[in-house]
Formats: sequence, C-alpha cells, structure tokens
Amino acid sequence: MDASLLLELAVNGAFIGMMYALVSAGIVLIYKTSGIANLAQGALAMTGAYMAWIGGTLIGLPIWVAAPLAAAVMFGIGALIERFAMRRMIGQPLIMAIMLTMGMEIMLRGLMPGILGASVKKIDIGIPNAPIILGDILINRTLLIGGLISFAMIVASILFFNSRLGVVMRAVSDDQTASWSVGIRVERAIAIAWGLSAVMATTAGVLWGATQGIDWSLSLLLIKALAIAILGGLDSIPGVLIAGIIVGLVESLATGIIDPIIGGGSRDLVASAIILITLLIRPHGLLGREHIERV
Amino acid sequence: MFYRRAGIRHTSYRSERRLWRLPFDRGLVVAVLIVLLILPLVVDRLYLVGYLLPWVIWSTAALGLNFLMGGAGQVHLGYGAIIAIGAYASAHAARFGVPFEIAMVAGGLASAVVGSAFGATALRVKGLYLAMATLAMQSIVDFVIIHVPAISGGGQATLRVPPARFLGIDLTEDVRSYYFVLLVGIVVTLFVLNVGRSSFGRALAAVREKDYAAAVIGVDSFRFKLLAFWVSSFIGGIVGALLAFCYYRAISPDQFHLDLSIQLVAMVIVGGLGSILGSFFGAALILFAPILLNQAVGALAVSSGLGISADLRAHLPLLLYGAMIMGFLLIEPLGLAKIYDNIRNYLLVWPFRHAPR
Repeated sequence: MDASLLLELAVNGAFIGMMYALVSAGIVLIYKTSGIANLAQGALAMTGAYMAWIGGTLIGLPIWVAAPLAAAVMFGIGALIERFAMRRMIGQPLIMAIMLTMGMEIMLRGLMPGILGASVKKIDIGIPNAPIILGDILINRTLLIGGLISFAMIVASILFFNSRLGVVMRAVSDDQTASWSVGIRVERAIAIAWGLSAVMATTAGVLWGATQGIDWSLSLLLIKALAIAILGGLDSIPGVLIAGIIVGLVESLATGIIDPIIGGGSRDLVASAIILITLLIRPHGLLGREHIERV
Repeated sequence: MFYRRAGIRHTSYRSERRLWRLPFDRGLVVAVLIVLLILPLVVDRLYLVGYLLPWVIWSTAALGLNFLMGGAGQVHLGYGAIIAIGAYASAHAARFGVPFEIAMVAGGLASAVVGSAFGATALRVKGLYLAMATLAMQSIVDFVIIHVPAISGGGQATLRVPPARFLGIDLTEDVRSYYFVLLVGIVVTLFVLNVGRSSFGRALAAVREKDYAAAVIGVDSFRFKLLAFWVSSFIGGIVGALLAFCYYRAISPDQFHLDLSIQLVAMVIVGGLGSILGSFFGAALILFAPILLNQAVGALAVSSGLGISADLRAHLPLLLYGAMIMGFLLIEPLGLAKIYDNIRNYLLVWPFRHAPR
C-alpha cells in the first residue's frame, strides 16, 4: 500500500462523495422545508436518469437537450408528488408520511425498469473515458466532471437560500404557522422544494448513469445519501458538502484497504456504519441544529 | 341480523373483558380455526406448501412486527435481519445437536438479544432517525451473515437445516409442519391479543401515543420501548426458526434481504397498524396479490395477444407493493382491518344504519 495509491483512492473518493452529496442535498432540501425525510430520493434519481435516457436514446435528442428536459419533467413530477401525495399526509403522524415516500421508492423501482426494460441502459454525456494523469495518480474523468458539477449545484443551492424564494423557504422551515400568518404560501414553497430536489436527483441520476449505467441499482444511492444527510445534519446543506467528502473518502479507502482483507463488500457497510455511529455520538450531525428529542 | 343485536351492551364486566365479546365473533373464530385445521387434509399438497404454510408463517412475522410498529409505535425497517438471526441461530444450534424445541427458543433469544441491543442504541433517537438506524442495522446484519463463513458457510452458500422433531413428532413432513406452524401462530396470536388488555399493553399504548406524556404519568418509556423491541424480536426469531425448519429447510442469506423487511412493513401497513386481524389480512394480500396479478397479466397477454414483456412481469410485485403501501396510506391509513371493521359495524345493526354504541 503505497502513498500514491492512497492519494488516488482519496481523490477519486472525494469526487464520488460529491456525487453522492448531490442526492442527499435533495433530501436535506425537503427535510428543511417540510420536516419529512424523503426515502424516495434514490428512486427519483433513477427515474430522472431514465427520463434522460428516454430523451437521449429513445427520442434521439442530444444529451445537452435531453438532460435539462428530463430535469424540467422531474420538477413537475416532484411538485405533483407533493400536491397529490404528501399534502394529504399533513396532520397524519410523521411516520405515515415517511412510509408513503418509502412506498413511492418501491413503486418507482418496479415501475421504471418494468416499463423500460431491466437491462442496463447506457447514457453518453460526452465525457471521454481516458483518465487524467496527474503526477503518478490517475483521476477518473467522469468522476472528476461529475464531482465538479455536483459541487457547483450544491453551492448554487446554498446561494439559493439567500435569494427571495430561498428566504421564503427558510421561513417555512423555521415555523410553518408563523410563515402562514405573514402571507407566505407554505404549500407552494414545499412544492417548489420537492421540484428542486427532484431536479437535483435527476442531475445526480444522469451523472451516476454515465458512470455505471442506468438500472434499478441507481435507487441504492438512497442509503449513501441518507448517511451523508445524517452525518452532515439533516437540515444543513453545507453539512452535506463536508459529509459527502467524508463518506466518499471513507468508502473509497475502505474499498482499497479493507476489501482485500475480508474479500469485498465493505463499500456497502460504510454507509450503514456511518449512520449508526452518527446517531450514537451526535444525532443532529456535524452542522445540523440540535433539536432531536432525546428519550 | 347477522349478529342478532342492535348495538353492543354488556351486563357484566366479565363479558366486557372477553377477548371476543360477541357470540357471533366467537363462532367465527371457531369456524376459521376448524377450516384451518381441515384444509391440509382437503387441499392439494401444492396449495398447502405454496400458499397456506407461508401465509401462516408470514402472518406470525407480521404479528411480531405489528406488535412493535402498531403496538409501541416504533418503526422497524430491519425486521428481515431479526428473522435471519433467528433462522441462523436455531439452525446452528440444531446442527450442534441441540433438540429442536430448545434450538427454536435459542433462535428467538438470539434475535431478542441482538434486536434489543440495536434497539437500545437506536432508541436514543426516534421517529425518522429510528427508521434509518434500523435500516442501517439490516445492512450490517446482512453483511455480517454473508461475510462470516462460520455463520453462513460462505458467501453464496446455503445452510442445510437438520430435520426437526418436536416432542417426538417428526416435522419433516409438510402436513405436520403446517400443524406445528399453525400451533405457534395461534400461541403468538393469543399472546398478542392478551397483551392488549394487560398493564404492559396499556403502557405500550401510552408510549405509542406520546412518550413524554407517558413518562409524566409514570410509565418508564425507555424501558417499555426496549421491552417491545425484545418481545417483537423474540417473535421474529421464532419465525426465523419456523422458516428454517418447517418451510425453507435450507437457508441462505439472500432469503432475508432488505426486500423481506419491506414486504413485512407492507404487510403491517396494508393490514392495518396495530391490528391483530390486520396482520393476517396484510400477509395474505402481500403474499397473494402479486401471484394473482401475475397470473392475470399472463392470461391477459395470452388471450389478447399483447406482448407483455418478461421485465414488466418480473417487476409487477415490486410495483404492486409500492402502490399498495401508497394507496392504503392515502385512502385508508388503517388498512384492511379498518375496512373489515367498517363492514362489521354496518352488518352489526343491519338493516338499520346506526347503532347506539
């Protein structure tokens, strides 16, 4: 195990972590506005990737048209989910709403591969396969560009919270009743949050689809995204950035160092272990607000 | 007319405290029991092994999960892992030569210990975070089972379970395993029914409604949550042993994946949170609806000549689970049990519309 291999794992891991973080930024966005953890975020990423595949391959649009188109469609789908499913859960126990998003996850996971075929779909976003060689480490070009796009989107969403609409959303996340009383349309803000997080999911889905192909396994991004969201603090988008890099690094290093010893599979363990450890030591995450009721 | 009464009136505390208060309900329970006892003698072995046996086993599992989710209000998305622990623990115990009766209890205890150890850590948080902690538990248990050869016998291996004898009766034959599984199912059902009217059950209900309100009136909410985890995990472990010895007879890690946990949660929600009858309904619907739908789609594809792809048919069960969870949560959050209850209430005073309650 030499230093350059470790460095290579670390650099690629950080970019992978950025791409995971894009999925969990959507979870955080919804949690911040409505207090519901969206367990369907992985399936939304998968659906978005399938949408881009429909546009790019079935209809034959160039990818720079198909991907934004898919994002626009997914914005609508996200807003519709809020209007026709989540809004009816208001007043029900929180767990009902979470179960509803889980039902959505399961349904989408059956629906999209069922209709479009379960074989792995290729999507080409025009990034050459040749790695970038930097000194004596290799950087995967897809991961690099994907990581940078994800980083840009997350930073954009941090900036978004300073815009007028962003301030509205912060008000909604702070106190829904108080926002109502000063004339903020709370439902609309939550619907926009769902739409935006579906757009983020679509971007992440397309980027991941470009690296590993599009099939149902894209919805497994959910577990990593949850780990990042919990580690970063469920209501903090900057936390997602930090936690994303941490999870990506740990996962990449675990694959490189532990896997040869125990024979593979530690990649999937990292996310679960991070969830459990975070909940034990610091349930509100690195940057989250401390408001979890302890028993 | 069917129940021969207009409203429910009790003339003694004793009659009000009975498990089934109406004579008609008692008759119905006896009738269902008789049908369940006679069925294996009447129906084909294929239906017994393919439908009846798994239905009773999964209903028992749903009862265990419902005890935790509906009874104590704690979400558990890793119940499949609990069942896996029970199955592997009892199978290994039996392979060491421990008699089946003890091996089964050992499986239950192993599940209860691991389940409540995770519960104790996870119970520091609740609601949403508890859901995620149990989700994480599922994948950690999966990982440990697959990657420790002493448990699973290697990554892709299946573990053969030695033939079981219960009190000297050989359980390798299907009809006998069915009766044994039914016996365990009845015991668990009676236990859960009776917990509902004990102080334990009332404490759990208080914790479910609001844990700090329960603490205010002197219910130690952490202790009762942990007890609920213990009991529910114990039932899960027993179900695991039943699965290993009476149904699968050879177990492998992929029988207990996250998909199983999701199915169990779907059973509980579709059947009705906190309803004992609902567990049976939910298990039946989640088990049989995909099969029926698949056959219907297959028949439709043949008769209409439409090409329905194998991919779609393979994904129909998932689609259906998800749609059923969503549909029930949106339209009837209390599940099939509530629908049954509505019908029963209607028939209770039929032909009149309202009953004095």
